[in-house]
Amino acid sequence: MQGNGQPAIRADRLTRLYKMGETTVRALEDISLEIGTGEFVALLGTSGSGKSTLLNLIAGLDRPTSGAIYAHGKNLAEMDSEELARHRSQSIGMVFQAFNLLPRMTMAENVELPLRLAEVDRNERAQRVRDAIERVGLSARTNHRPTELSGGEQQRAALARALVNRPAILLADEPTGNLDSATGKEIMDLLREINLSLRMTIVMVTHQRELAERYSERLLLMRDGKLEADGVRQ
Amino acid sequence: MKIGDLTELAIRNLREALLRNSLTTLGITVGVASLVAMLSLGAGLQHLADQRLSQSGLFNAVIVSPRNGFGDFGGATTRNQSPVVTPRQLDDVARDQIGKLPHVTEVYPNIRFPTEIYFNGSPYPTTVAGIPMSDSSDGAFDGMTGKFFSSGSADEAILQSEFARQLIAGASPNTPPNAHAGSTSPELTAELNSLLGKEITVRYAERQPLVQPAGTPLSNDAEGDAPGGFSLVPHQLNLRIVGIVETEPASGLAGPGQGRLLIPERVAEKLSAAQGSDLRALLSGGGSQTTYQSLTVRVANASEVERAESAIKDMGFSAFSLLDATRNLRVVFAVFDLLLGIFGSLALIVASLGIINTLVMAILERRREIGVLKALGAADRDIKGLFFAEAGVMGVLGGICGVVFGWLIGRALNLGTNIYLARLSLPSATISVVPLWLVISAIIFAVIVSLAAGIYPASRAAKLNPIEALRYE
Ligand SMILES: Nc1ncnc2c1ncn2[C@@H]1O[C@H](COP(=O)(O)OP(=O)(O)OP(=O)(O)O)[C@@H](O)[C@H]1O
Ligand SMILES: [Mg+2]
Repeated sequence: MQGNGQPAIRADRLTRLYKMGETTVRALEDISLEIGTGEFVALLGTSGSGKSTLLNLIAGLDRPTSGAIYAHGKNLAEMDSEELARHRSQSIGMVFQAFNLLPRMTMAENVELPLRLAEVDRNERAQRVRDAIERVGLSARTNHRPTELSGGEQQRAALARALVNRPAILLADEPTGNLDSATGKEIMDLLREINLSLRMTIVMVTHQRELAERYSERLLLMRDGKLEADGVRQ
Repeated sequence: MKIGDLTELAIRNLREALLRNSLTTLGITVGVASLVAMLSLGAGLQHLADQRLSQSGLFNAVIVSPRNGFGDFGGATTRNQSPVVTPRQLDDVARDQIGKLPHVTEVYPNIRFPTEIYFNGSPYPTTVAGIPMSDSSDGAFDGMTGKFFSSGSADEAILQSEFARQLIAGASPNTPPNAHAGSTSPELTAELNSLLGKEITVRYAERQPLVQPAGTPLSNDAEGDAPGGFSLVPHQLNLRIVGIVETEPASGLAGPGQGRLLIPERVAEKLSAAQGSDLRALLSGGGSQTTYQSLTVRVANASEVERAESAIKDMGFSAFSLLDATRNLRVVFAVFDLLLGIFGSLALIVASLGIINTLVMAILERRREIGVLKALGAADRDIKGLFFAEAGVMGVLGGICGVVFGWLIGRALNLGTNIYLARLSLPSATISVVPLWLVISAIIFAVIVSLAAGIYPASRAAKLNPIEALRYE
């Protein structure tokens, strides 16, 4: 994991605008923040406040309109699309509300995908896939298709897929949004376990304030594209 | 992504929409089959023509003559003439030099002279022609009666069939000569066969220096002779008839008139003492050096003819090959092939539209999947590669199936043609040939067309915005 003294994520006057004809939507405006390596940060805010936009910029799936966004000291705003793809492949793991497992592949094949994309050696893949699946406790369902798994199991599989290439940063966009509260807690427990044992930096978007307060050590509150509050839990 | 992973994922994706992708691949199959069938016809007909022509032994030969001599085929030389080269004599030195040119397999003089032979005691005037041993392997003498010469220096002869009939007619005067010309009735064949093994006698005159005593027959190796003067000494040679052939192959190229008595080229060289060129050399005081009226140069294959021809012209000789004469024929075949290829390709072009359609539909269906792949670290190039791989796999499968189908169509055409020919009691012919180059290039072409069809869908898929694709429900 890349430490090198730099913060895992640093945003500097980060702005993302959408021009819709005459009007301009300010999805993100002048965000400056720093997230250290190994932090578990929860991102809260009303719908449309820009949480997903920020997450996509950290992931390198999107580019800022102005400002800079650094991951381990490297400015993503200056990377070309090839470099951004490598950044996503090597440094970022992503989990979505809708799980986004590929329905035509088995669970294990879904977990293997990031390794294929990262051109990891075939011999090494099987072991890594097995380890990731074991970490999320799904070893018994390896060859099941996503449709044969429950929501909680699907999200765990997605988590295994996000972990399998050992990224430094895990981005989770409402990972518990589609789950009942008991299953949601299981996922949160898993995230905390990963954060502690692997010292992986986690940025998680959530609407559930009590989950955020219970699991994360730092809360970021967004409103209308701006950072309204940044509080460390005591 | 590595190519193996790309292909694996591509095949999985293709299997997902099996019916649609099979139909698209079938389209390519039909396209390639039509292309292969068309071009196999072109190749078959050309092969047929080439076979007939190359049996005549004309296509790997260059005829060389001195530039200022009679043998200068004006039309053929004006095109490539290099005016700086001075004309020179076609002598043994030149023959050696030509023989050392690349790809030249054989150089021999075109020996052809009138003489008189004796058979059963009666004289027959005839034309002797020297035949190189290579003619037997060229297939020029395929279909002859009897055998080819046993060796290059054997005292053996092959008769031209009309001349053979004359000999038979002479032996039994009741049969008018040429009565059977053109047909080969069984009794005539038997009579011709009876000539095999019999002997004929050639009378000829040999040039010998006056200073030396006569007594070295069959030698025209005149090098080192004192330039004093020559006498013509009469000689005779017995030749055994080993074969009979319909016409002299490759006649008309080497000189005027048909050879009717064919003997090994080296034997003919020895006999050629009284040939015109020698007399001319004698009269012009050119010394004892042998000069040739013309030489035939054989090259390894027809494609080398042009190079050999220009090399020989650069040496200061006049050169001519049938390739010059058949260039128009080749142009006709090339145009014919081109037309067949264009019509054959049309179906493949239509099939490529099917590929574009199928892949564009696949993008719409797999929007979300493409977004997920990008989020997991796929570069634009990976997404492109995936779609190209799908197009390529369809191209390879369609290409292979198409070649098989095309070959089957060609077989059917051959079968049909031969049934038709058999009804007209004509010999069978292969009009459709699928050579290896056609198999390989058809598959490669199918893949190239498929990949070209994949360009638009692939780049469109790669440009897909992953955020929108992931938001899409
Ligand atoms: N492609 C786009 N074009 C125009 N506007 C956009 C686009 N993407 C996002 N927006 C706008 O940017 C703002 C921030 O959107 P974002 O998706 O980040 O919100 P969010 O905080 O994730 O909301 P939610 O909690 O509902 O997911 C919204 O007002 C949204 O309408
Ligand atoms: Mg959102």
